[in-house]
Amino acid sequence: MTNRLHPALIGFTILVYLFLMGPLVIVFGAALSDTTYLTFPPQGLTLHWFQNIFEISAFRRTIVTSLQIAFLATAIALVIGIPAAYALNRYRIQLPAWLSTLFVLPILVPEIVLGFSLLRSVAVDASVPIFLALLIGHTLLVLPYCVRVISASLASFDFSIEEAAVSLGSPPAKTFFTIVLPNVRSGVIAAFILAFITSINDVSVSLFLTGPGISTLPIQILAHVEQFFDPTIASVSVLLMLLTVAVMAIVERTLGLTFLAK
Amino acid sequence: MQVRNALKRFAGWGLSTPATLAVVLFLIVPVAITIASTFAEDGGVLAPYVAFFSSGFRRAVLWRTLEISLATTAISVVVGFLTAYVVSRSPGRIKSLLIIAAVFPLLTGVVVRSFAWLIILGRNGILNNFLVWIGVTDQPFAMLYTQWSVVVAMVYLFVPLMVLTLVGVLENIPDDVVQASASLGASPFATFRQVIFPLAVPGLIVGAVLVFTGSFTSYATPQLLGGERQMVMGTLMYQRAMVAFDWVGASTIATIMVAVTVAVVLIMTRTARRLNPMAT
Repeated sequence: MTNRLHPALIGFTILVYLFLMGPLVIVFGAALSDTTYLTFPPQGLTLHWFQNIFEISAFRRTIVTSLQIAFLATAIALVIGIPAAYALNRYRIQLPAWLSTLFVLPILVPEIVLGFSLLRSVAVDASVPIFLALLIGHTLLVLPYCVRVISASLASFDFSIEEAAVSLGSPPAKTFFTIVLPNVRSGVIAAFILAFITSINDVSVSLFLTGPGISTLPIQILAHVEQFFDPTIASVSVLLMLLTVAVMAIVERTLGLTFLAK
Repeated sequence: MQVRNALKRFAGWGLSTPATLAVVLFLIVPVAITIASTFAEDGGVLAPYVAFFSSGFRRAVLWRTLEISLATTAISVVVGFLTAYVVSRSPGRIKSLLIIAAVFPLLTGVVVRSFAWLIILGRNGILNNFLVWIGVTDQPFAMLYTQWSVVVAMVYLFVPLMVLTLVGVLENIPDDVVQASASLGASPFATFRQVIFPLAVPGLIVGAVLVFTGSFTSYATPQLLGGERQMVMGTLMYQRAMVAFDWVGASTIATIMVAVTVAVVLIMTRTARRLNPMAT
């Protein structure tokens, strides 16, 4: 099969991958440049811009907020999403079909519309504090991923194992934690990682849900770029790319990277 | 038996209630309020829409957004499909390397990936410096804040998604079918055109829908690379809501976005189902 690929196609693919990787390499180089403006290739090497991130209080604050929101939103989405995914698979016959459609629905709603609507109805009309509104927005953003990924791994779980445990006298809750959950472990890890990275990188939902002293890192980056064109943003970008590398390493360790291609 | 079934239904409802409530309370209700509010204005049911479409500026924004989204989708589909074809036919080791190289940008945020193009396309950016250096021009081109710069960055954003979606689709095409075509005398190109491509069409449509709806409702990329000069639906909506405090205007844009997304998804998934040659 392999030798049948036309050389032109192979050449084209190499160009596409250069196109995909080039800009990220450029960001990396620009972050190390010893100049006050963004440039590539870097002129002189310095780690000053990395230090600069933590000297700007807005960055310190938004990094903390982004991490808090990502952890909390992912945790809440898993806590409510796992039982829902379990119910949708285990009691499929007893539950109406529209219930599973309900969890696909968020895909039809553009993220920016969700963000704006939460600002309007939840933050302003219902006077919910902005941090809580932001947390609600991110939970809703990642919930569909959690339900879908865990549903997919539950779909291949043989529920007769669970029934066997229950009929042998194991209480239902204990059975769930000792029999069902360990069997969908990889699904839970995948859902966690996908949800976390989605939340950390989100712009469209967070955009509207910022208030005095509360904002997320991507929103802060957008605000900074409007005023300054120094390598600070490049170094923040490098930090975010390192996070991506860490995430991919975890996936590789636990699930194998081919998992991501599915 | 009846009691047991009722009990099961009760358990099923109980376990899915928190997530269901979250979706209904914090997604369906707020979005429904946003949409409904545009039909409850003084001056007629459709007044906000009449206002939207009678403004030449807003019509231009809608038109520009459609143009950018369509161009992005068309380029991403072609580039993504050819690349995915090569990836799916590559030997094991190279294939996993190519997949990793597509996953990495996908997991890197939209802001970081759009920002990279700011460094490349800027007035003193790499591309301009390069063009001046090789003598193509002695004056840097104004590449940033053009429709073209937004499209390039968006293609960059969506090609990995397209590649990964289509690699999955192409891997699912049974090898028997391809071999049968070859053994019946079809040339590799004929096999590609008459067997592989038609089988990949439903996947292409799914990918195209993701790219189109994603670009139609995007904010960060057009904001960074298009700025005020290339306003699109996303940036106009933000401006209406947060700068002009015109909530009716912002809600009208939100409703148009939802309508376009729902229409595209419904029409295209139906088309994909009809075009699927494997369906019986």
